[in-house]
Formats: sequence, structure tokens, C-alpha cells
Amino acid sequence: MAEPLLVCTDVGVRFGGLQALSGVDLTAGTDEITAVIGPNGAGKTTLINAVSGMVQAQRGTFRLGTDDITRAQPHERSRLGLVRTFQNLEIFSNMTLLENVMTGCHARLRVAPWHSLLRTRTSRAMEKAIQNEALEVLDFVGLFELAKYQARDLPFGKQRLLELARALAARPRLLLLDEPAAGLNMSETQLLADLILRAREHFRLSIVLVEHDMDLVMRISDQVLVLCFGQVISRGAPAQIQRDPQVIAAYLGDDED
Amino acid sequence: MSMGYRYDMRWLAGLLLVLALLPPLLGNNYYLTVLTMCCLNAMIAVGLSLLVGHAGQISLGHAGFYGLAAYTTAALSTTLGVPVGLSMLAGVGASAAVAALVGLPALKLKGHYLAMATLGFGVILSILFNETVEITGGPSGFTGIPRLSLFGVEFSSDLSVYYLIVALLGLVVWLSFNILHSRVGRALRALHTSEKAAQAMGIDIARYKLFVFVVSAAFAGLAGVLYAHYLTFIAPASFGFSFSVQLIVMVVLGGMTSVPGSIVGAFFLTVLPEFLRAFENVEIVLFGGILVLCMMYLPDGLAGGFNRLWRLVWRLIYVRADKYRQNRQDRQDRRDRQESQDRQDVQDRLEMLDRQDNMDGKDGGDNG
Amino acid sequence: MDLPSLLQYLITGLTVGATYGLTALGFTIIFNTTGIINFAQGEFVMLGGMMSVFFMRALGLPEPLAIVLAVAGTTLLGALVERLAIRPVRDCPAINLVIITIGVSILIRGAAMLLWGKDTFALPPFSGSAPVSFFGAALMPQTLWVLAISLLILAGLKTFFSRSIHGKAMLACSYDPKAAALVGIGVDRMVLLSFMISALVGAVGGAILAPITLTSFDVGVMLGLKGFAACILGGLGNPFGAAAGGLILGVLESLGAGFISSAYKDALAFVILLVLLFVRPSGLFGRKDGKRV
Repeated sequence: MAEPLLVCTDVGVRFGGLQALSGVDLTAGTDEITAVIGPNGAGKTTLINAVSGMVQAQRGTFRLGTDDITRAQPHERSRLGLVRTFQNLEIFSNMTLLENVMTGCHARLRVAPWHSLLRTRTSRAMEKAIQNEALEVLDFVGLFELAKYQARDLPFGKQRLLELARALAARPRLLLLDEPAAGLNMSETQLLADLILRAREHFRLSIVLVEHDMDLVMRISDQVLVLCFGQVISRGAPAQIQRDPQVIAAYLGDDED
Repeated sequence: MSMGYRYDMRWLAGLLLVLALLPPLLGNNYYLTVLTMCCLNAMIAVGLSLLVGHAGQISLGHAGFYGLAAYTTAALSTTLGVPVGLSMLAGVGASAAVAALVGLPALKLKGHYLAMATLGFGVILSILFNETVEITGGPSGFTGIPRLSLFGVEFSSDLSVYYLIVALLGLVVWLSFNILHSRVGRALRALHTSEKAAQAMGIDIARYKLFVFVVSAAFAGLAGVLYAHYLTFIAPASFGFSFSVQLIVMVVLGGMTSVPGSIVGAFFLTVLPEFLRAFENVEIVLFGGILVLCMMYLPDGLAGGFNRLWRLVWRLIYVRADKYRQNRQDRQDRRDRQESQDRQDVQDRLEMLDRQDNMDGKDGGDNG
Repeated sequence: MDLPSLLQYLITGLTVGATYGLTALGFTIIFNTTGIINFAQGEFVMLGGMMSVFFMRALGLPEPLAIVLAVAGTTLLGALVERLAIRPVRDCPAINLVIITIGVSILIRGAAMLLWGKDTFALPPFSGSAPVSFFGAALMPQTLWVLAISLLILAGLKTFFSRSIHGKAMLACSYDPKAAALVGIGVDRMVLLSFMISALVGAVGGAILAPITLTSFDVGVMLGLKGFAACILGGLGNPFGAAAGGLILGVLESLGAGFISSAYKDALAFVILLVLLFVRPSGLFGRKDGKRV
């Protein structure tokens, strides 16, 4: 395994009386795709939320590369290169596709607000640069032609692609994908799988994804982590996981959820 | 804001031209006063539309910032004899500084709680204006404020003050358009739609909320200092809760996410009572009634209403009613079966995009 | 500070606070079914007092009958507001509906001024004005009326929401209007009902307070503000939090007026409210929302 990029140790999250996660260790290797799977309510999304800082973990430490991000705010984690997408799409519906992706570049090309306020030469040059970059990313996911449309007019599958493009525009080191294939049909999922693999190559990404679609997980991931009732019950290579009796039991005994 | 920056600049130029040509046409001092008040209110409304319409944060206390700046410059210039230009600067600065202080904790609140906090702040300020009689003159008002003068030039006629105010309104609108067509504007709209997604993109939402709050308070402050030196008399009644509410109404009535809309809303709501004055007693009843009807029948505001009217006229001129209906039907269908969209549809859009690109071609790639 | 005067301020505060509480209840009921803050709520309170005065003076009716008629009239007006100004545009964004209620409040206030002028009126106390001594503090009989009737209304609403089918249906609407519609609850009717109950509660508050604080066409503005503040203080959406918020606000104000300065009593109430909001962003009795990302 390559040098790990993300190391989370002993993560514990509690909502009132409900222990959503306890003692979870998650490592994601550089340039690797790590999948988190598990039955409904296993705490997969909570794990993503804890890693991205949207939910404050009561226990555990988080480390990205050489940075300790345990106490970092969500936007600070994003600036350090940890960018996520959302299970229930959170696109900026009141903007065009281009503006959505340009917003993704927000943290990378920074100038003081007064540059924007006075529309200085610096601000205009930066806007131009961001626009070109955003168009490149849109082209990469195949939405170039639709750049000037309002995001809300897009069909669902393309909104998913848009969210991915927006995240890629932030040039993350680690991309967190929360159920990227939810709501997609078979052929769209195929395309998505290819796209994720291409993105890893092109942007030199490490990826952690939460996913229900086993075909997708088995096809693209290098490493799988299985959660059940907030605890890790198995981890390893995809083929290994498929044969793990504990994992099979967890999935078949899924009825009470 | 899908329209380009150039489009907005042309709109601004048109606005300034109309405002510059209006006074000779009206020819009456009373109308000039009303027009000046329109411009001042528009200044506040534009700032508020950045805050409410674009960033999605409510404020029911903006009359407070307006008043704070007015009283600051009044007290400094009249009581302490500070030069007017300097005291005006201090007035705007005071509004911005207090906005930063209040905004820091208040902008952590959401929705109705933020509304309450800003409302409470406005009420507290308005009580202070009334009760600190030694400084503000109390309920009977602050009199004898010196007239506007900048860099030794006194604006002695009402007309000259009017042109200064129009120029400053132009500045405020220009700054607002700059903000909207930039990464700051995108950040504001992003945090309006989804705070989570904005954070995920590395946007420090607390910082941007504070920024837009301070900017809008500064715009209100600018209107406040101009108001004080224009009328040379101010009283607490102008800066109360009801004016804060009126300001919000201007923004919503004009069309929340449109800077031109908020200007139209400000003009409409400032002029309307003057027209209704002819009806004496029933004035307030009519005002309330018109407000209700406008909101009921123009849900996207006056700007939206104008847009629809404009499109309608456009269609009538180029008798393409059929195609129009077809397009509308398409859009409806698309919404209905958003998920199962077929390739044909995409093809259609590509064609439309090509056409649009051809039209935009001469416009250059300036829009952000 | 001595005990009798402390007690006196407490009594005054509770009396005024009870009205704030009733106004806040009105806000909460409409907020729960529609998600909007009804800015005309204060006008309902004003109408309760002003119409009682009008029915007594102009028509010469006995006081209890006048009050009943005033409350009925305001309730009817609440229904009218919903049918004419809210229902036709139910699908608009909440902010539009809020602005409509602002327009309605201006309309009602203007009409009241037109009908009854700008004078201040008083309603005679329900049972004489001879104060009773209570541990050295003077207790007006009207105070007892205010507290008793407020408690009665609170108890009535509690029973209504927990026992009657309509009350339960309204609660269901507040949790999830779509789901409520799916199980066959007429959401439109519930919204209508909520406006009527709010108007009724507000009008009662206005009528019982009028003998103590006097009334005029414009008392609704400040009462509305205080009622909204009480809602937020108690935690928006929680009816009993709203009532408690009203009482707390009333007492704070009265103590502030007594011990610090009557000029700044309103400011004091809002300062405390702001500090509280900054410390506890969801109000005193509000639940922290369990958000799901």
C-alpha cells in the first residue's frame, strides 16, 4: 500500500443517545480508491460528515498528509485539499453550470475582496483564468456544451456530474464521494465509474467513496471498509470482502433496518 | 444574474442618464425632493438586496444603520464642529463598524432568529435616538445640521445635492454589480443555496456573511449621512422599525435577486405615498391594499412583472405565439420528467446554445 | 429594593407578560401550520381591545357582550385574511407571504384609524378598580382577570391540541404538511383554522389588557414586536415556550422599568433578548435541530 494520505483513528460520533460511530479507523492511500460500504444506517454518511468536518466527532483524530485537521472547520479542510460531494445533491441551483464550477475554484485563486469590489485588473485576470479552468473541467466531465444553462434545468444524472465537476475544480488531494451513483441508471453508473477512474489519473486524486452499488464498488475500488452499526466489521481488497462471511451476514441480516 | 456584466453596465448608464435628465423635466422643487429621497432609499435597498436577495440573510434593522450614520455625522459636524466631509466619513464608518460588531454573533443565527436579532438591534438603536436627548435632541429632532460641503465646495442648491446623490447612487450600484460578477458574488449566492456545499468548496461562510452585512450597512450609512446634510434636520421617527420593514418591502417588491429590481422597488414605494396623499385619510389603507395586491399578483416582484410584460410585448411584435407556447410546454414537460431525459432534448439545447452563442459573440467573453 | 415594590413589579410584569404570551401563542399557531410569521398578529390584539370599546360606546352594549362580539368579529377577520390574501398565493415563497401580512397589518391599522380616529380609549375594568392588598403590593382585580383568562386559554389550547381531532390534525400539518395531506387532512382548512384561532387568542388578549394599559389604533405594532420577541425567547414553534417567553419578557421589562429606567424598559427587554440569542441560538425552550447532512 502506498503512503496513506488520510489517516483517521478511533473516530466516535454520538447523536444524543445514539452512538453513530465508535472506534472507526479509516486510512486512504495516496492515489487509491477506498470504498466504505455497509447496510442502511451503518454510519457511512456520518463517517464522511466527520471526515469533512460537517459533523463534529467527539472522539478521534484526523490527519491529512502532514496536517492535523481534527479541529479544522469544514472550509479549512476543503482548502487543505479535502473536498466532498453530497448524497442529496447540493448543487447551486440558482447559478449556471459554469458559475457552479467556478465556485469550485473559489479557494484556490484567492484575492482580497476589495479587488472584486473595485473590479481591478487582478480581479479580472483571475476571473478569466478561473473561467478557463472551469470550462476545462466541464469538458472533462462532458458538460462543456451546457455551460451557460441554469443548473436547476439539468436532468438528475447530469446534476451528479456537475457536482463532481465542481469538486474536481477545487483540485482536491482527497475527494470524498457520498453515494455518487445514487439515482443513476445502469449505463449512467458505467459512465460514472469510467469517469472516476479517469479523474484519478488526470487529477492525481485519492478517493474515498460511500456507495451502495456493489458492482461499482467492486469494479473501481482498491480497498474496501465495511461498516455495521457504527463499527468496522471488515476491511481489505474487494475480492476478499466479497467472501467474508461476516459481511455476507451483515447484508443478509439487513431486514430489521 | 445570468446576464453579463456589460448588460448591467449598460443598464446603469441608462439609469444615470434618466436620473440626470429628470429634474429639468419635472421643474418643481417638491418633485426634486421626492426624487432625491427615492435615490437615497434606492441606495439602501441595493445594499439590502445583496444581503437579502443574494446572500439570503434577513435584516430587519437596517433603518438603525441609516440612522446611526445620520446622527453620527450630525453630532460631529454640528456639536463638535468637525468638517462635514470628515464627519460624513465617520458616519459611514460608524455604521460599518457597528455592523461588524453586531454581525459577528448575529449572523450565526438563521431565518427568523436572525430576523429577531436584527429587529431587536434596530429597536434598541431607535430607543437610543429617542432617549439620549443631550446628543440627539430626542423625539423633537436634531436641527441646524450644516449643508453638504466636500473639499471646501458647498453644495448650496438642492439640484447640486441631487446630482451628487445620483453620482453616489451610481457608485453604489457599480460596486454592487462588481461584487455580483465576481468570486465574492458567487460565494454569496453559493451560501444562500447551500451552506454545506459552500463550505465544502472552501468558502468561509461566516466571513462572507459578515462582509456583505458590513457592505450593506455601509451603503445604508452613506444614504444616512447624505440625508442628514441634505435635509439639515433629522428625527428618530425616520429611523424606526417601520422604516426597516419598508426597506425589506422595497427589496422584495422590486424583485429579490435583482439590483435594478430593488431600485425600482425603492422608487415605487417612495413615490406611492406622495401620489396617495391626494386621498388624505384613506392614504394608509390604500397603501396597505396596494402592497398586498402587488405581492399577490407579482410574486417575483416588479422587476419580474416588467420582464414578463416586456416579453409579452416582444412576442406580440414578432408574432411567434405558437413557438412561444411550444417552448413553454417543453419547459413544463422537462420539469415533469426531469429524470428520464432523452438525448433529443439535449440535442435541442445544443442548437439553442449555438444560436445563443452567435448572439453573444459580439459581446466578448467579459461576463463572469 | 423592598419586597412590596419587587412584588408590585412582578405583578405588573406578569399581567403585561400574559398578553405578550397570548400574542406569541397566536404567532406560534400560524407559524406551525404555515411556516410564516404573521405580522398582522399585533393588529388582531389591537382589534380585540378597540372593537370592545366600540361595541360598548357606539352600540351601548354591556361589556361582556361587547367583548364576545369583538372576539368573534376579530376571529372572522382572521378567517377573511386567510381566505382573501393568503390562500390564493399559498405556494409563493414564505418571504412573499410575510410581506403580504405586513400589507394586511398596514391595511387593518389604517382602517382602524379611519373608523375610530387617533384617540386613546379605555375599557372599564371587568369588576371594579378597588385594589386588593397582597403582601403590601396593590393587586388590581383586572390583573386577576388577565391571569385567569390567560391560563384558561392556555389550558383550552392544550386540550384542543392533545384531545380533539382538529387539534391533532393541525399538529400533524406542522410536522409535515405533505404527509398530513397524504393521510387525508385538509391542509387548507387547517391553515384557515389556525388563522381563526390566532385571531381569537389575540383578540382576547387585547380585550383583557385594554382596561389596564389603554388602547388605540396603533398599539398593535409594539405588541406584535413583543409577541414575536416572546416567541423567539421561548423557542419558535413551541406554544408553551411562547407563553412562558411572554411572561418572562413582561417581568424583565417591568423590573427594568422599576429598577433602572422606564425610558429604557423596551431597550432593556431587547438587549436581554439579543444576549440570550447569542448564547442560546434556539431560544430558551427550543430544541436544537438535529440536522442531517
